[in-house]
Amino acid sequence: MNYDTVAAISTAQGEGGIGVIRISGDNALQIADKIFNSVSGKKITEMKGYTASFGKISENGEDIDEAVALVFKAPHSYTGEDVVELSCHGGLYITKRVLRAVLNAGAAPAQAGEFTKRAFLNGKIDLTEAEAVIDIISAKSRGAARAALCVKEGALRKKIDGVKNDLLSQAAHLSAWADYPEEDIAEVTVDSVIETCDNAIKCLQSLLDSYDCGQAVKKGIDTVIAGRPNVGKSTLMNLLSGYEKSIVTDIPGTTRDIVEDTVTVGDVVLNLSDTAGLRDTEDTVEKIGVDRARKRLEQCGLLLAVFDNSRELDEDDYALIESAKLVPSIAVINKTDLDNKLDIDYISKNIKYIVYISAINGDGRDELTKAVEKIAGTQSFNPSEGVLSNERQRIAVKNALNSVVEAKDALEFGMTFDAVTVSIEDAISQLLELTGERTSDEVVDRVFHNFCVGK
Amino acid sequence: MNYFAGEYDVAVVGAGHAGIEAALAAARLGCKTAMFTINMDAVGNCPCNPSIGGTAKGHLVREIDALGGEMGKTADECFLQSRMLNRGKGPAVHSLRAQIDRRKYSSVMKHKIELQKNLDLRQAEITDIEKVDGGYNLTTRMLAVFKCKTVIIATGTYLGGRIFVGEVSYESGPDGIFPAAFLGASLKKLGLPLRRFKTGTPARVLKSSIDFSELEVQKGDEPPQPFSYETENLGENKVECHISWTNDETKQIILENIHRSPLYAGKIEGVGPRYCPSFEDKIMRFKDKPRHQLFIEPCGLDTEEMYLQGMSSSLPEEVQLKFYHTIKGLEHCLIMRPAYAIEYDCVDPLAMNPTLEFKDFEGLFGAGQFNGSSGYEEAAAQGLVAGINAAMKVLGREPVIFDRSESYIGTLVDDLVTKGANEPYRMMTSRSEYRLVLRQDNADERLTPLGHKIGLISDERYAKYLKKQELKKEELKRLKSTVISPTDEVNKILVSRETSEITSGVRLIDLMKRPQLGYDALKSVDTTRPDLDPNIFEQVEIEIKYEGYIQKQLKQVEQMKKLEVKQLPKDFDYNEIEGLRLEAREKLNKIKPLNIGQASRISGVSPADISVLLIWLAQNNRRQ
Repeated sequence: MNYDTVAAISTAQGEGGIGVIRISGDNALQIADKIFNSVSGKKITEMKGYTASFGKISENGEDIDEAVALVFKAPHSYTGEDVVELSCHGGLYITKRVLRAVLNAGAAPAQAGEFTKRAFLNGKIDLTEAEAVIDIISAKSRGAARAALCVKEGALRKKIDGVKNDLLSQAAHLSAWADYPEEDIAEVTVDSVIETCDNAIKCLQSLLDSYDCGQAVKKGIDTVIAGRPNVGKSTLMNLLSGYEKSIVTDIPGTTRDIVEDTVTVGDVVLNLSDTAGLRDTEDTVEKIGVDRARKRLEQCGLLLAVFDNSRELDEDDYALIESAKLVPSIAVINKTDLDNKLDIDYISKNIKYIVYISAINGDGRDELTKAVEKIAGTQSFNPSEGVLSNERQRIAVKNALNSVVEAKDALEFGMTFDAVTVSIEDAISQLLELTGERTSDEVVDRVFHNFCVGK
Repeated sequence: MNYFAGEYDVAVVGAGHAGIEAALAAARLGCKTAMFTINMDAVGNCPCNPSIGGTAKGHLVREIDALGGEMGKTADECFLQSRMLNRGKGPAVHSLRAQIDRRKYSSVMKHKIELQKNLDLRQAEITDIEKVDGGYNLTTRMLAVFKCKTVIIATGTYLGGRIFVGEVSYESGPDGIFPAAFLGASLKKLGLPLRRFKTGTPARVLKSSIDFSELEVQKGDEPPQPFSYETENLGENKVECHISWTNDETKQIILENIHRSPLYAGKIEGVGPRYCPSFEDKIMRFKDKPRHQLFIEPCGLDTEEMYLQGMSSSLPEEVQLKFYHTIKGLEHCLIMRPAYAIEYDCVDPLAMNPTLEFKDFEGLFGAGQFNGSSGYEEAAAQGLVAGINAAMKVLGREPVIFDRSESYIGTLVDDLVTKGANEPYRMMTSRSEYRLVLRQDNADERLTPLGHKIGLISDERYAKYLKKQELKKEELKRLKSTVISPTDEVNKILVSRETSEITSGVRLIDLMKRPQLGYDALKSVDTTRPDLDPNIFEQVEIEIKYEGYIQKQLKQVEQMKKLEVKQLPKDFDYNEIEGLRLEAREKLNKIKPLNIGQASRISGVSPADISVLLIWLAQNNRRQ
């Protein structure tokens, strides 16, 4: 593949101590030489791989910044191509200025995910690793980053390989037994194949189960804060967010639209929506807000139902409790600093998790965190175990699981081994596709569709 | 002095199983064909086992027959005992195997060739093949020169053949026939990539010297099944085989004498078949195994020679005698022909197209052991492919490429020309990813229309085939519309077959879907059953029972075909694609795959390389 030499800022864009501009491709060294003058006078094209040089970056005689140039020679680099990394002072202006100089010197701007794509195409990383890099880049919480790192380092791969190898040896035994009827090869028994299937089913199922908490860690749970007007929803949200986003007043109906924010509660990311109070209203603008809120509520992954400790349950509260039965919910009792008039017994009969807070004082955040983690299932979630991190992987495991279940069903139904083998081999090929040991058109398409963030 | 002896459209060098199918196909398609054999009495010889078929090999024979080849018919005419292997393991792996009368097989084949229009059978050793304008000049040992438009090399173990028995070794073809000693050098000069392979055969012992009294008897199936869709009266099984076992004493003798094996002493450079090892190989590789099975098989009706299947060896004759004598029943056996290993020249099949024509030598084809395969059936299958395609070339018609999703023949050829052969290639059902579709019972459905299109299936046979398909369709319709009532008689059958009783009327087709039931079980209650060819019942029953799995496998076939239609350019330097790893570039440049599917099966081309190819192809197509 004739690739251009490309360049991009490889560190987070923003104020940081150091900014790195990565150049990758056949002309990476020559391009770097055009703008980099080392103190020692040595040219970058004369440098060996894995060596560094200190110098100045300049363009048209104008010094831009001091920098360290790191040289990697193909294929011993991240992308598998010649790579120069220029570490200059951080800061948006400087890094952008250096990048412009590099582009002026002949590099093309790197497309989103391009370095990783090249690494994959040059055989430096396999599919799951490539996807993991993307996951690390877009990870929103510590847990997500840790989980992504585990995929990259092969925890998922190991788990998948385990199942795959078991199925492969079973298939091999079946083949040998069929192909050599005249050699006395140990007979394959229905029980032994069922046992293999059962083990595979257990492992694949646990991978799938972990996917949901993996998703909670990675993408966050869509969370709705609901309650009747002026119960303190916006205050709770602000407490969670750490800064004011909603307009807080004591006039009912102040919040008329869903306000979105992303917060990290423990290891879980919550995508918060503060909804307009659920009440019947004649105000047109507010009515739209209320309808939207109801819709949101039906689709959410977590409902934080807020109640006022100082008031008795009214019709709106009963309606909210009914909604809370349908989705994972936490009852948040606000205003615990005021006298109790609320029927808490009734709430606890209907909503499993109850947390007491005083949004004004900031009390109860820890309890809330624990309840959220319990609901997200992340308490027992160990990211280092290797989890599925995206939809492509989930579908492959799901298909593999279906095939193994099919194989087991067929055996129990009394089908012959040749039919069972079809299902077992199907499961194997799904797993091979997952680990990138087999490629189909669809896989390549799907993976590159996901390469939408820059690195 | 050389003399000009004539011209042919197709010349076949060798009259073994590959050569026979190649020559018959070419001649039947109207090409003026010559067939050269070193010894007229070695036409269609079976120098190893006196049997045709076996796992996956039986599939090949059925496929050859469905395409209009000869092996199945002749095997039926010479059959002594027939068994369907793998019953109970499922229809995909059912494989027919027949013991045959080997001398009769040879003479029946020879006679068919003699009677074949357009085909000249000649006893002559070809010593030189030279590229000339419009074809090749073949020179015989007697200095006759034939000008041939196309040539099919099917030299088997004769090419540079060398026999090893312990410390003794000499140049020879199989069964004491002299080898082709000169052709190898000529082919090397021409530029073919030759290498050495080896194979072997066990001893033949005198029947009256075997004590059968304590051996397990192996009988044929009743009734025996034929290979050919055209054989109507196969007759009865005529012989029995016997089973015996080696023991610890046998093993000890091998271990004590292994240094005298030419293979272990390093005298044989040829690579032997892992899938069909010599007995000493089995002992050395599976040291923990206390005993090995062997089969004692008759070689024919008018001979007392018995073949010891599983006991191939290249140890010295005295050692052979010693270890054979440790085996129950063989304690006093008389060896009539000793076991031997034979080393021979063959070609790297990666140099060929899927038509079995050499990529760099237009009109030159190879088939059989010469291509790196092992086995009569594998040879015959390739002979048919090469014969058809040589004829297509002469006639100016489109080449015929067999798809691996449609036949074992296609799988065999694709494996050879794509993956190559590092050892003699043996067909196995596990080599096909489409086992459930590529069954031995439905070979006609898969290939007879193609055989008719090629011109090897007569209009008459094709009409018969179409009629059979129609009857099959009608039978399926009948099963769908026939309802079986929940009578006591029906439920008695169901209970006896350990499947649940019925309480209301059930369609016959739904009963047949149960693994425990079939035509046999339901015979007495299926009162409207027509009198059909048993093969129709077999196919219908399998299709009903395995429908879901067949669909699943067909879906897998579809997936694969998506990559098969992505054509790769013919003359392209893969070094231009920089994303490919070095090994992949080299392999792709050597093999020049026709499409992505074939490329993905090349060992040394990784999935990452395939992704690179796919993306490169997409970009390339966009540019154009």
